[in-house]
Amino acid sequence: MIAFLIKRLMHAIVVMFVISVLAFAIQDNLGDPVQQMVGQSVPESEREALRERLGLNDPFLVQYGRFAKNALQGDFGYSYFYREPALEVIARHLPATLELVFAATLLIVVFSVPVGVYSAIKPRSPISRFFMGASIIGISIPVFLTAIVLIQIFAIGVTVTLFPDNTAWGAWLNSALSTQGNMPSFGRGYDLVHVAGHWDTNLASWDGIRHLVLPAISLASIMLPLFIRLIRAEMMEVLQSEYVKYARAKGISMRRVYFVHALKNTMLPVITVGGVQIGTMVAYTILTETVFQWPGMGLMFLDAINRADIPLIVTYLMVVGIIFVVTNTIVDLIYGLVNPTVKLTGKPA
Amino acid sequence: MNFKKKLLASIIGTAMAGVALAPLAASAETLRVGYAADVETLDVHEQLSGGVLRFSHMSFDPLVRWTKDFQFEPRLATAWEQVDDTHMRLTLREGVTFHSGNEFTAKDVVWTLERLKESPDYRAIFEPIESVEAIDDYTVEITTTEPYPLLLNLATYVFPMDSEFYTGETENGGDKAEIVKAGNSFASRNVSGTGPFIVTDRRQGVRVDFERFEDYWDTESPGNVSRIILTPIAENASRVAALLSGGVDFIDAVPPNDLDRIREADGVDLIEIAGTRIIGFQLNEARVEAFQDPRVRQAVDLAINQEGIVDRLMRGFATPAGQFSPAGYSGHNPDLVPRYDLERAQELMAEAGYEDGFSVDMIAPNNRYVNDAQIAQAVANMLSRINIDVNLRTMPLAQYWPEYDTRQSDIAMLGWHSDTEDTANFFQYLSFCIDEESGVGQYNYGDYCNEEIDALVTAADSETDLEKRGEMLREAEAMLYEDVGFITLHWQNLGYAARENVNIDPVVNAIDFPYLGDLVIER
Repeated sequence: MIAFLIKRLMHAIVVMFVISVLAFAIQDNLGDPVQQMVGQSVPESEREALRERLGLNDPFLVQYGRFAKNALQGDFGYSYFYREPALEVIARHLPATLELVFAATLLIVVFSVPVGVYSAIKPRSPISRFFMGASIIGISIPVFLTAIVLIQIFAIGVTVTLFPDNTAWGAWLNSALSTQGNMPSFGRGYDLVHVAGHWDTNLASWDGIRHLVLPAISLASIMLPLFIRLIRAEMMEVLQSEYVKYARAKGISMRRVYFVHALKNTMLPVITVGGVQIGTMVAYTILTETVFQWPGMGLMFLDAINRADIPLIVTYLMVVGIIFVVTNTIVDLIYGLVNPTVKLTGKPA
Repeated sequence: MNFKKKLLASIIGTAMAGVALAPLAASAETLRVGYAADVETLDVHEQLSGGVLRFSHMSFDPLVRWTKDFQFEPRLATAWEQVDDTHMRLTLREGVTFHSGNEFTAKDVVWTLERLKESPDYRAIFEPIESVEAIDDYTVEITTTEPYPLLLNLATYVFPMDSEFYTGETENGGDKAEIVKAGNSFASRNVSGTGPFIVTDRRQGVRVDFERFEDYWDTESPGNVSRIILTPIAENASRVAALLSGGVDFIDAVPPNDLDRIREADGVDLIEIAGTRIIGFQLNEARVEAFQDPRVRQAVDLAINQEGIVDRLMRGFATPAGQFSPAGYSGHNPDLVPRYDLERAQELMAEAGYEDGFSVDMIAPNNRYVNDAQIAQAVANMLSRINIDVNLRTMPLAQYWPEYDTRQSDIAMLGWHSDTEDTANFFQYLSFCIDEESGVGQYNYGDYCNEEIDALVTAADSETDLEKRGEMLREAEAMLYEDVGFITLHWQNLGYAARENVNIDPVVNAIDFPYLGDLVIER
């Protein structure tokens, strides 16, 4: 176990190093940060002085060396735009993103397990077919489109006038299909509850949760269909296995067979994929957060790219790298707990 | 069982969230603003940008400010008098207090002007001012190096800061007055101005909270907004959605594609204002020999259908331009209008010996001006009709400016807003012969040079008789029109939208700084 963790730590260090070199190497293509910091009429000499002060004129290796030396001491540089240490800026934006990912994960778990299991048990029922069809559509619609449609329907509202308004049924259909649209369409709301440090939570107030709903649904919309299909496929396979047939033959109630015997084994690959996908979801938040103006890391990162805020970009990439390594490590640990036959270090016990 | 119950509860919970429930109740005097740009810093001298200047009009007051029709309105300066060619006396308003409680006097104006002359962003603009002196507590005298007609234009940028508040040492031994670009200075985090709103909370990139300053001097202002929550929403679609869904009360920079949607929406008003930012193209004479021939430049100008672009691409959300100066500027010459004439353009190309045309590179940004990439594409297509084959590259802003600075392309797109709201500024930056030493012609991408025009504008800039000066500048515009030193397209309009009980019409202006202190929200 300890050997495993040490190995992972070494991985993390290598990942950090590679990411930082790559991020640094592309910075010349990100644009000129000074341009964003000065007014249009500022003379070139002033710009040059600022570039010099920020150390942007130094050769690549000098800049990287300086960055690496400071980074080893936990100093990742100063964000040009936020005028604060980059790590501090990220720490401030992290809770918003994690809450969004948490809410989306919750939605995925709550919906994918029952739907997946149901459509595995009754693959031919119309409901299963409906879910399978819907999940194909869900996978194919890009997340920002989902987000915009959700905003239009639930935040702005749609007025349907498709049916004749002067007939009773037409008026009824029109009003049934129209939506009021009073869900919040942007931001985290004004009613956040402070937890600790940089962490203000959306989860502790009604208004906060209302703000979380649409972003969480659109973030979940990409992963949910994937998990429904995954759980269904795994479950169907498990249901064919000998021990399930045996359990059934023994006369154990079907509910117990499905939810205790079969589901447990179904979840193994789901955990693996899920762990990796949580990392991917952090990446998807860039789109969701931009559309919903959700003040998390994704929005911050996109703004940083637009502003060529190099220290913040480099630090963000490294933090996301760490998140990937950590989630994968945790997944492996959980995997070991769920299935003790798996050996973490890969050596014979 | 338990699991099922939980599942059911969460499904119901999610469904419930979608219905009923009134939107966040806002009292009549709270204004929720969604601007496209954030306030970069609270130090009003750190960066000359739209975001910071808008903030300046909220937490500070200028000496004078522009009215909707480009007149000066007294604010902290109540009267001004030109003593002689190089001296101007300003009388200051009495009984004004800063947010800190300090009283506003002449020393604050002197201190602020001296700080402006230290600011990298403002230094060049305030170059003409030699010194400032406090005559008594409520009179200051400004001395210019030469006769300078635009002192009042500069005064719109002077937002007196609380000199006592910003003087001294910070906890870690820094100077409170220090201007640090993209750094953590005292002034970038602490504010004491005279303006109608106090900053109560700020999370950069997320929101800024303001509350009305109880001791605000302007008791005659009709403004009744007691609280402002400013949220930067950069994404166009999200900003419009935020207004339509009732999440904010007031947005700026309405994108042309959403104009109709807002016009048709219930309970929301759209205000369009003719803007002052000129959009155009510069022909690089240093790289393309043909562009040195005025006939070719004219042909390019004639081949471009400005009105077509405004009609179709901009959906009427711009004013076609044949000169730099928008209406209202002293140098605006009403005779200079776009002159699209394809046949004449082809003739001119033939006369100049370029009947068969040539090919050029063109660069344009794709996220700076309204529909910039599409406009560039349209212009490229129009030029193909006079056999100029354009190879267009568009790129995001952060990459565009470094590319622009290298001057390694043949045609470049540029938008320019005059910082002084005056005609001469356009010439000095965009068409003056490049002079590295004095810095003029800094954005003269094409290396265009016409010394006659330069001399005329320079003379105008030390002419204190404003009428005469205006005439000279109109003449300069006419000369540039004839010589085609800059391909003008249009002035971008400004679009604001608000809920109908938020009466924004009187407080928005072509300068793009809404005076929120005077905003009235009807109950």
